[in-house]
Amino acid sequence: MDQLLLNPGFPLLSALIFLPLAGALLLLPLRGDGACRSVSLAVTALVGLLSLLLLAGFDRSTAAFQFGETHPWIAALSINYTVGVDGISILLVLMTALIMPFCVLASWSYIKVRVKTFMICLLVMETAMIGVFVALDFVLFYVLWEAMLIPMYLIIGIWGGPRKIYASIKFFLYTLAGSILLLVAIIWLYRQNGYSFYIPDMMWQSYGSTAQILVFLAFFLAFAIKVPMFPFHTWLPAAHVEAPTAGSVILASILLKMGTYGFLRFALPIVPDATFLMMPYVLWLSIAGIIYGGFTALAQQDMKKLIAYSSVGHMGFVTLGIFLLNKQGIEGAILQMVNHGVTTGALFLCVGMIYERTHSRELSSAAGIGTYMPVFVTFLAFFSLASFGFPGTNGFIGEFMILAGTFQYDIVLALAAIPGAVLAAAYMLRMLQKIIWGGTDNPDQSWISDLNRREIVTLAPFLLFVLWIGLGPAPFIALMDESVSALLTNLQAHQAETLSAVSWLRP
Amino acid sequence: MLFLPELIVLLSALVMFLVSLGKPTAPTIHRLAVVLGAAVLLATIAGLGLDGSLFYESYRVDRFSQVFKLLIGSATLIVLLFSGTAPGVKNDVQAEYYLFLLIGVLGLMMLVSSVELLAIFVALELSSFAVYIMVPMRSRSGNVVFQMESGIKYLLFGVMTTGFMLFGMSYLFGLTGSTYLTDIIDALALMTSEPAAMVAIMMVLAGFFYKLALFPFHFWVPDIYEGAANETTAFIAAVPKIAATAMLIRIVSLAAGDSENLVSILLFCSIGSMFYGNLCALVQTDLKRMLGYSAISHAGFVLFGLLTFGADGYATSLYYVTGYAAMNLACFLVICTVATNGENLAIADLAGLHQRSPLLALTLAIGLFALAGIPPFVGFTGKFMLLVNAFKQGLIIPVILAALNTAIALFYYLSAVRMAYCTDPEKAGQTLQPGPLRAGVAVVLLLIIIAMGVAPGGFLQIAATAIAAVL
Repeated sequence: MDQLLLNPGFPLLSALIFLPLAGALLLLPLRGDGACRSVSLAVTALVGLLSLLLLAGFDRSTAAFQFGETHPWIAALSINYTVGVDGISILLVLMTALIMPFCVLASWSYIKVRVKTFMICLLVMETAMIGVFVALDFVLFYVLWEAMLIPMYLIIGIWGGPRKIYASIKFFLYTLAGSILLLVAIIWLYRQNGYSFYIPDMMWQSYGSTAQILVFLAFFLAFAIKVPMFPFHTWLPAAHVEAPTAGSVILASILLKMGTYGFLRFALPIVPDATFLMMPYVLWLSIAGIIYGGFTALAQQDMKKLIAYSSVGHMGFVTLGIFLLNKQGIEGAILQMVNHGVTTGALFLCVGMIYERTHSRELSSAAGIGTYMPVFVTFLAFFSLASFGFPGTNGFIGEFMILAGTFQYDIVLALAAIPGAVLAAAYMLRMLQKIIWGGTDNPDQSWISDLNRREIVTLAPFLLFVLWIGLGPAPFIALMDESVSALLTNLQAHQAETLSAVSWLRP
Repeated sequence: MLFLPELIVLLSALVMFLVSLGKPTAPTIHRLAVVLGAAVLLATIAGLGLDGSLFYESYRVDRFSQVFKLLIGSATLIVLLFSGTAPGVKNDVQAEYYLFLLIGVLGLMMLVSSVELLAIFVALELSSFAVYIMVPMRSRSGNVVFQMESGIKYLLFGVMTTGFMLFGMSYLFGLTGSTYLTDIIDALALMTSEPAAMVAIMMVLAGFFYKLALFPFHFWVPDIYEGAANETTAFIAAVPKIAATAMLIRIVSLAAGDSENLVSILLFCSIGSMFYGNLCALVQTDLKRMLGYSAISHAGFVLFGLLTFGADGYATSLYYVTGYAAMNLACFLVICTVATNGENLAIADLAGLHQRSPLLALTLAIGLFALAGIPPFVGFTGKFMLLVNAFKQGLIIPVILAALNTAIALFYYLSAVRMAYCTDPEKAGQTLQPGPLRAGVAVVLLLIIIAMGVAPGGFLQIAATAIAAVL
């Protein structure tokens, strides 16, 4: 347990996990939509503020898990409630806690029916999402990982668009089918590790190579579907298009990150040999995702679909960065996870704002609204530029680091990834041009009003982070640096060990 | 006083018999049935600490049997509480209906205490015949006309498996010269490789497979679930399964895991049950038929726990069947409340349930998600522990197959949840008032499903002490 620094004081992580759940219970007896909205905003804002305490107390000089708590849970199977954060998870926890209040704000007038149920779903989601990022017990992780499917299913299935039934069931089935074998892998690891579910103990063990490959495949199926990596991405456009704005934001900004987080937290440290073996395939699959996502996005007429496919491309960059297994790559990937959360979340908010006005997600019906919504299109322009990695915005830093790492690894691979970046510019600028100026056949938009104060408050913080990470990424990278270095040191040590073992076997 | 809970059940049945001689109204009978059910539950609680044996050692009262009696008593009371005035049962035989229900409970309670072959047989038949009669007692108000067919099917299949079981018992007696389970265990330990011993155990098991609705003795399930009144189905779906699990634990521990062949046969039944139940359930449109097929797949999971032939596995099976009873009762509570005239419900009839009654929709959704095995509900925790225990025995491929079944099953459970939650039909039907009694039962069931799922420790300890009493 030396990787876990126990927190003797206030149980901050438990507070972050259980506060939203308590808020959801508080909502149960409430009557009146307004009260439900205000209470959920207050609860999510409080969680957001508490998460800043995490940042203040975080020790950047250690790779161990901090703010640790551990309590026995199910003694019969030695399952514990163990939580902690390190440099890899802290940014994701912060992002989750900080984005949720804006999801509530974005649903303020968008959700008109069954407001209480919606807010309860959002709050339960927040509990599960924060829990997934800080769980250090594999059963705790799996329970929360699966439990979040229920509120997300309801969010898409109840408040979604016309094809909500199809989209929500596809989302649920796809994700569940993917994680079934993860459960088997977890039980296998439990048996190998002297009947313990404690995740740090499972890392850097020498399991047999066939077993490692099988465990890796189980991990890969679960996480690749969640990311989603090409060719497991087909649930994503359906779910994104049908989900309400807040649902799309949660999906894009947080849920997708769980897949890549899973690769970093589990696949790399637990089955390093299989990771080295599978690395080239995953890298090329990432490239396929980048190019495929780019071309498909270029052809979309539906704004939400366009952004959904762009997510496939962006998440391709993230998996590319992770499986390069070098420092630029992994740090770039983590940063790009945050960037994608900020920019794509903001883009979905923007589309939601158009949808609330025109009740259409078609690019053609939003053509030319720049004339009547100058403030809105300014925001949109910044987020679109950030999305394709324009210098000065956050997207640039992330993609640059990943591409730099790729060049260090293999020039051919890097050259294959470059067209993805160009495609991103093409589809984003195409969307931007249509929305701001349109053409000669723009529909009549003169009745549309510009953003109100609530909407500006919703978008402004996203813009702040776009520019902050774009102009001064050092504090963000400093947070994760120690953990990533430790991960890579361990990986290299393990690789050297394996190589020496193999060379000793050779005649 | 070792016989106290059984005596109270018998007395309750006699009270019902006396009532059936007069002409009481349905609400009076229902109120009386609830009071009697509560008395039975109290008696089982009072009887928890009893220990001893009766009738020349053929009737064992110990921790194991008393815990099962408590479970049977609680499940029965829950069924009685939510069945209301039993609109699905013919009006003129209401008192007789509860009479047979209580006799069925008596048989099941005797079953879990029986440790001698003839006692087992008598108890099993007492419970079975009572339930055979309950099935055709369905009224025609719900436009269902095949209750008699269902009753006959139930009887014929039941009698056939009883034949199997008696034949198996005769083998056991022939091989060991005794009808006492304790003697049989000692004698069988010397002849585990004998094919005759294995055939005998398999045949005896067939009787309980039938009660538990396990492949390949599952044929009756969908038809009887559909043909019996909703209240009867709720009873059949929950209570006999608890007793059947108790008997399976007793019989399977006879073999004690020495026989490789027996394990493979049981494994085949278990996995076959899961796949058969889940695949057939995918295409059902009637809610009770769907739950019937889901019952077949869950029976496979219960048997999966027994396959480990260890105290942990048995305790997990006990945990699983208890959780299963709670989840199933939650779903049947909703069915009984929504079907105000005792008719059969199609899955499509659930459309817009969230508008008609939010509490019922929530109960159904949590019940179905729990059945599907989604955390943090009891269905997940139970399945997870079953898989862990099986993995410890090295049954890796079966574990993977069992896990895959969770994904298959999800689809049909979701289709019902989808109807209840995600549809807003033009004409949603009138609002449903579940009434304080049903609402209270629904909340209690939800709390059980969640509490057992999140904090299974306490229950597992009780289960472990109960199992320790028989091993």
